[in-house]
Amino acid sequence: MTDAEIETGALKTVWFTAGPPPRITRLGVLAACLAALLLTLSLHLQAQTDCLACHADTSMQDSAGHNIGVDAGKFGSSIHGGLKCSDCHADIKEYPHPEHLKKVQCSTCHADQAAQLTGSVHADSKEHPCTSCHGNAHEIVVKSDPRSAVYPLNIPRTCGNCHSNNGMAQKHGLASVFPNYIDSIHGYALSKEGLLVAANCQSCHGSHNILSRNNPQSPTFKTNIPNTCGNCHAKIAADYFNGVHGKALTAGNKNVPVCSDCHTAHAILQPTADAFRSQSTPICGSCHKDKFSTYRDTFHSQLGSLGGYVQTARCWDCHDAHEVRPTADPLSPVNSANLISTCGKCHAGANKSFVQYQPHANARNRKLNPALYFIRLFMNLLLVGTLTFFIIHTILWLIRARYDQIRKKAAQGGKHA
Amino acid sequence: MPDQEQIQAQIVAPDGEQAPAPRRFFKRFNPGQRYMHAVLFTTFLVLAATGLPMRFSESIWARGFAGLVGGFGTILFFHKFCALALTVTFLIHVKDIFARAFVHREKGVFWGYSSMVANLKDARDLFGHMRWFVGLGPRPQFDRYSYWEKFDYWAVFWGMIVIGFSGYAMWFAPFFATFLPGWALNAALVIHSDEGLLAILFIFSIHFVNTHLRPGSFPMDMVIFTGVESEEEFAHKRPLEYQRLVREGKLEAKLGEAPGTWQLNFSRVVGFTAILIGLTLLVLTLSAYFI
Repeated sequence: MTDAEIETGALKTVWFTAGPPPRITRLGVLAACLAALLLTLSLHLQAQTDCLACHADTSMQDSAGHNIGVDAGKFGSSIHGGLKCSDCHADIKEYPHPEHLKKVQCSTCHADQAAQLTGSVHADSKEHPCTSCHGNAHEIVVKSDPRSAVYPLNIPRTCGNCHSNNGMAQKHGLASVFPNYIDSIHGYALSKEGLLVAANCQSCHGSHNILSRNNPQSPTFKTNIPNTCGNCHAKIAADYFNGVHGKALTAGNKNVPVCSDCHTAHAILQPTADAFRSQSTPICGSCHKDKFSTYRDTFHSQLGSLGGYVQTARCWDCHDAHEVRPTADPLSPVNSANLISTCGKCHAGANKSFVQYQPHANARNRKLNPALYFIRLFMNLLLVGTLTFFIIHTILWLIRARYDQIRKKAAQGGKHA
Repeated sequence: MPDQEQIQAQIVAPDGEQAPAPRRFFKRFNPGQRYMHAVLFTTFLVLAATGLPMRFSESIWARGFAGLVGGFGTILFFHKFCALALTVTFLIHVKDIFARAFVHREKGVFWGYSSMVANLKDARDLFGHMRWFVGLGPRPQFDRYSYWEKFDYWAVFWGMIVIGFSGYAMWFAPFFATFLPGWALNAALVIHSDEGLLAILFIFSIHFVNTHLRPGSFPMDMVIFTGVESEEEFAHKRPLEYQRLVREGKLEAKLGEAPGTWQLNFSRVVGFTAILIGLTLLVLTLSAYFI
C-alpha cells in the first residue's frame, strides 16, 4: 500500500463497506494506523467544511465591518487550500470561537521570508502586511500562476498600489515611480509584450529583502547597480567595466556614472529614441562641462538640440556609450586610427582630411585653436564694426532727414511748424 | 540747395499759372531686377528664419519653432532649398552682368555713374553726407546709385560668396575636405554663422531703415516693387541722374506708367509682411543675446 493509494481515499470505502471485523494481526495494526490517518484527513476536511458553513458567505462581516467571508472555491484552489483553517487561525480550538482572533502569523511557516522582511524597508508589518503584496490571504496562488499578485507581469501593478501618485509612498515622501516604470522600455515590454523576462520591480529591488538604495548591501546601491543591471544586460555590463567609468568605479571612485545616471532608474527609454537622445547629452555634460560647452558650439549640437527626425552625433555616437575608452587607447573609436570609420558611420566618404575636423574646437581659445580664434575674432570685428558704423550713420541721418522734413513743411505752412 | 528747389518748383508748376500737370513716373528697375529682389528677399527671409533657430538652438523660441515645423529636418530642408534657389539667382545675376559687359558691350557696367562699382565720388558723398547729418555742409547730390546702395549691393554680393561657400562646405563636407584642411570645416560654421548673423542684423535694421523707413520713403519705398518712382522723388533722391537725363533729353525715354492700385496694394502687403517678419526675427535675435 502506497501513500498515493491512501491519499486517494479509495481504501476508505473498502474498509467501511466490505471489510471483515479486524483481527489483531500485523495487517490489523497496519489497518489501525491507516484508520487513524484517514480519520485525521476527514477531520481536517470536516474542519474546513465546518468553518465554511458560516464563512462561505462572502459578504459576511464582523462587528467592526471587516469582511470575514471566504470564497470556498478560490480558497480550495489556492496554495493554502489543503490547510485547516486552524493551521493559520491557531487560536481557534472549538466552536463557537471567540469573536476577536489574533492576527495570523505567516512567519510561523514562512520564517525565512519573515526574517528577510524584518531587515527590509517594508519591515513594519502594520503598514506592509504580507497580504499587501500577496493579496487576499485565502486566495494566494503560486507566483508562477498568472492570477498571483506577484506573478512577474503583475508585480509592477502590485507595487504600484503604493508606489504611485496618490499611493501610500507619497505619504512617506517617496517618488511616484510606477508611472515612470510603466512607460519605460521595461514597462512596455512587460505590459504590452508580456515578456516574463522583462525587468519588473523585484528584478532590481529583490522581494522580501528590499533595502534602501543608501544601504551598501542593496542591489540598487550606486556601486552595485552595474552588476544588478548586468544580471540581464551581461554584455553591456562587461563593456561598461572595460570602459573608463567602470574601471574607475571598480577602483573605488563613486563619482562616476552608473547605468541609472544616464538611463534613469525607472523611466528608462529606448536609447535610440529621439527623446532619450535629446535628454542624455546634457547628462554627460553635467560632468564633462568643458566638452559639453565646445560641443554646443558645433553643428552637431545646434541641430541636435532642435529635435526632429534626423539624427546628429551625440556623445556616445563617437565615444561609445558603455565601453568609453580614453582617446589615446587604440580601441577607442575616437582614437585617430579609428576616426575615418567612426565619422564614416554618418558621413559617407569621410577621408583623412575630413576627420581632422574638431568636434570640440574652442574658437575662444587662442592657444588650442589659433586659426579658428582669429577667424572668429575677424568675423566679430567685422560684425560689430559694420553695425556700429551704420547704426550711428542711420540714426544721424534719421534725425537730420526728419529735421529737414519738418522745416520744409513749416516753410509751406504745414502742421509741423 | 537752390538748383534742386528750382527743379521741384518746375515740376509742381511748370508754367506757373496753369493747373499742375499729372504726376509723371520714371522707370528705375526693370522687371528682371524686381523679380531678383523678390526672390532674394523671399529666400533671405526663409534662410534667416531657418538659420537663426540653428544658431540660437538653445533658446526657447528656436526649439518652439523647430517643434512647430517638425524639427531640424524640416528646418534644414528649407534652408538648403532656399540656399539653392538663391545660388541659382546669384549665378543668373553674375551671368547677366558678364553678358551685358562682354557680349552686349554695354558701357558703364564696371565704371561710370550707372555702375555698382564704388568710385571716388562715393567716398566724397559718404563724408559729405555725414557732414550734412551734423549740419556742417550741404546735402550731397547723388547719382543713379548712392554709396549706401552700393554698400548694400556689395554686402549681399560678398555675403553670397562667403556664406554660400561656407554653407556648401558644410553641406558637402567630405567632398570639400578633399581639398580643404579639416580645421576649415570648423571655420566654415564660425564664418557661415557670423556672416549670416551680420547679414540678418544689417538687412533687418540698417537696410530697412535706410531704404524704407527713413523720412522721405516712409513707410516703404515702393520703387523695387513697382519699378517706377514719381518725378519729385526721382529729382530729390537722385538729382545728378535726373539732371543728366534732362540735359541729354533722355528723360522722356525713361517715362513709365503710374503704378496701378492693385500693384501698390499687392506691393504693400508683400513689403510689410517682409518687414514684419524681418523685425520679428530681429527682436528674437536680440532677445537671444539679452534675455
